[in-house]
Amino acid sequence: MVADANVRMAELDQILERRDRDPGDLLQILREIQELRGYIDPATVTYLASQLGIPRARIEGVAGFYSFLHLQPHGEYRVLFSDNITDRMLGNQQLLEVMCHQLWLQPGKVSEDGLVSIDMTSCTGMCDQGPAMLVNGRAITRLTLQRVQEITHLIRNRTPMADWSADFFRVEDNVRRSGPILDNKLAPGEALRIGLNIGGTAIVEEVKKSGLRGRGGAGFPTGLKWEACRNASGTIKHVVCNADEGEPGTFKDRVLLTRQADMVFEGMTLCAQAIGAQHGYLYLRGEYRYLLEPLQEVLQRRRDSNLLGKSILGQAGFDFDIEIHLGAGAYICGEESALIESLEGERGIPRNRPPFPVTHGYMQQPTAVDNVETFCSAALAIQMGADAFRAIGTEKSSGSKLISVSGDCPRPGIYEYPFGVSVREVLQDCGAVNTRAVQVSGPSGICVAEHEFHRKLGFEDLPTAGAFMVFDDSRDMFEVARNFVQFFAHESCGFCTPCRVGTSMLKQTMNKIADGHGTQHDLREVEHLDHVLQTTSHCGLGRTACNPVLHTLRHFRPAYENRLKSLDFEPGFDLDGALERARQMTGRDDAGAHLNTEEA
Amino acid sequence: MSNTFSLDGAEVPFAPGQTVMQAALTAGHYIPHLCYHPEFKPHGSCKLCTVKINGRTAASCTMPAEAGLEIESDIDELNDLRRRLVQMLFAEGNHFCPSCEKSGNCVLQALGYDLEVHAAGFRHQFPDRPVDASHPDILLDLNRCVLCELCVHASSEVDGKNVFGFSGRGITKHLIVNSESGKLADTDIALTDKAMQVCPVGVILPKRVGFSQPIGQRRYDQRPISAQALDDAPRPSTGASHD
Repeated sequence: MVADANVRMAELDQILERRDRDPGDLLQILREIQELRGYIDPATVTYLASQLGIPRARIEGVAGFYSFLHLQPHGEYRVLFSDNITDRMLGNQQLLEVMCHQLWLQPGKVSEDGLVSIDMTSCTGMCDQGPAMLVNGRAITRLTLQRVQEITHLIRNRTPMADWSADFFRVEDNVRRSGPILDNKLAPGEALRIGLNIGGTAIVEEVKKSGLRGRGGAGFPTGLKWEACRNASGTIKHVVCNADEGEPGTFKDRVLLTRQADMVFEGMTLCAQAIGAQHGYLYLRGEYRYLLEPLQEVLQRRRDSNLLGKSILGQAGFDFDIEIHLGAGAYICGEESALIESLEGERGIPRNRPPFPVTHGYMQQPTAVDNVETFCSAALAIQMGADAFRAIGTEKSSGSKLISVSGDCPRPGIYEYPFGVSVREVLQDCGAVNTRAVQVSGPSGICVAEHEFHRKLGFEDLPTAGAFMVFDDSRDMFEVARNFVQFFAHESCGFCTPCRVGTSMLKQTMNKIADGHGTQHDLREVEHLDHVLQTTSHCGLGRTACNPVLHTLRHFRPAYENRLKSLDFEPGFDLDGALERARQMTGRDDAGAHLNTEEA
Repeated sequence: MSNTFSLDGAEVPFAPGQTVMQAALTAGHYIPHLCYHPEFKPHGSCKLCTVKINGRTAASCTMPAEAGLEIESDIDELNDLRRRLVQMLFAEGNHFCPSCEKSGNCVLQALGYDLEVHAAGFRHQFPDRPVDASHPDILLDLNRCVLCELCVHASSEVDGKNVFGFSGRGITKHLIVNSESGKLADTDIALTDKAMQVCPVGVILPKRVGFSQPIGQRRYDQRPISAQALDDAPRPSTGASHD
């Protein structure tokens, strides 16, 4: 027993040693322990507290914040079905039920023998090849009944995941239309050499001139951000690449990191030169854990070619390197200040602003945070020149945009277009027919109905981070909105009152309507709730959380009204529903175990 | 340019580094607030202090004061939002004022009265939250927690102990204590700690002092919170310099 305990501590010490016992690396340390042990037990938390010199409550707080970290045993095999609406449309709920049934298990619970747990998780970024799941953090795609049965069998036999069929883990790029980014044959260092020739100030000017705006959704002019960061006082500066691609329906960064990783790192290094940064971080969402090793290989190759490290390309004083941090299941970390908190090993809570990251970012030092695609576009702008870049797209939206198409169409995948493409053109290219609506830019974006399909993607009309989810006329738009509302409630960080409580209230209202107990009063309440969330929430998550309901109500009100009771008000409390627990405990579900037996 | 901004039409002076809330309270103007405490760095989570600054809403406790800002606070639209937020906090936890030792001294209750919250507004959640009575002298009743984080800051910044922290997220975010057992008895908290004094509601209570001060004679029984908060605010006359 003592020897066993010693081995366990030695494992922890190895991880701690690699991380220099730095409390700032807490999230990375916890993630590695989670990967090694399957959960983080109380004794481990206490040991970490003593080794890192921080309170154990802080460690528990961080571990309790991220969905993929567990403080209680969660099974040798932890199965998470991706639960984006596109996964639902492909039947993920039935597959989950089948798997639970075969393993004698309830969703969210651990099997009595400690073998397995099965649950849902937010969109894993595989919408073009769903339904998808994560098993012990590894992405599995293209689930079918047969595949689920095979996986169930492997789990029951305790087959190590290393021995599972490689085909399960195959992730396709599904590039359907390429452009200047996806077609780019940029030689490693090519744009960087141009950058070295023209110098840091000229890089900023060139990026400004290119008209490049952030591709993560907010659309802030990249050149202005870099300029503010360059002018910010402080000798230590940072470049952060936001690869926490969490907006449901978006998966373009996954493809860029797979096919154009050099271009991403080239863009980051150009930014470092422009702002005078020494340290770079790629914040990779936990769902893309499988990309970690390939990306590290690219980084190493770039170090070996003197494209990273000391005196890059022989330029004395140009020292810059990039490390990869992994997330652990928290959509909110896509918000730049929450991402910085997470990089510092904290709970991912958005900061109060001002001050902004360009002056007070990572470690309170000037930091440029940009999206994966933004860095690629910046490299492109330097490679081809600002004028040529500006010639692509529209006046206020220069360059090209990667669109992640999923949902009801025969050709889901990645489409690169010049900005200004219409919704209808994208629908034609992906082969969609009888389309009822498109959700542009994910749940926090805009629901576009048929009469608006002439609208164009771009900052002038329909700004987008890239998600493009297609719904045909067989789809119930109420259920689409309900899925998005559940997503926001699950991903609210819980910091501010309106979002923490409001997203949960909204979820209950949508469930009440789905259960046939909704009234006109509930619809009016949604509008009130929206006003509170929009005006008082701490960050964009709360401010946009009601959008899916408001947008679908505007276009598809009958989808809601068909479900409503004719009454103006009906209490949320369901008397018969309250007996459900008693029915479960007694194993009864006959008519006599229900209150409303007369109706039946 | 003089260092003043306008709050509901009144000129409010401020010192560099002050937030809108700090300057307003110092100058004798009340903005409703719950998680803000004059002795601690504001963190802006309850959002009750939301004001309109040049037409845009923002939390006044964290917003740096700037010369020339046009700020609205005591207007129907904002007070209605504040009522909704108070209703949300009441609905989120389990608050039974008549049986709560903090009644009359409770900031949430006082805000409810002062803002004229007359109805529940939202479905009550009746969450299943534990009571920790393990400590011989101190009771921890999480049913009433409004997640303001004041005890976390008081314990770490004043007491130097880190007794409290937060775990979970979203609606499951909750207060935790710094011990392997998860019990308050296994922490180093003491009755004399600052963390014992800052809870705005009835979560952290000393044992064996039930109703020693009669209802009706308590803090907010005497004066509404809008008046009491101004008495508590650091003012120039008390020696603080604001030049």
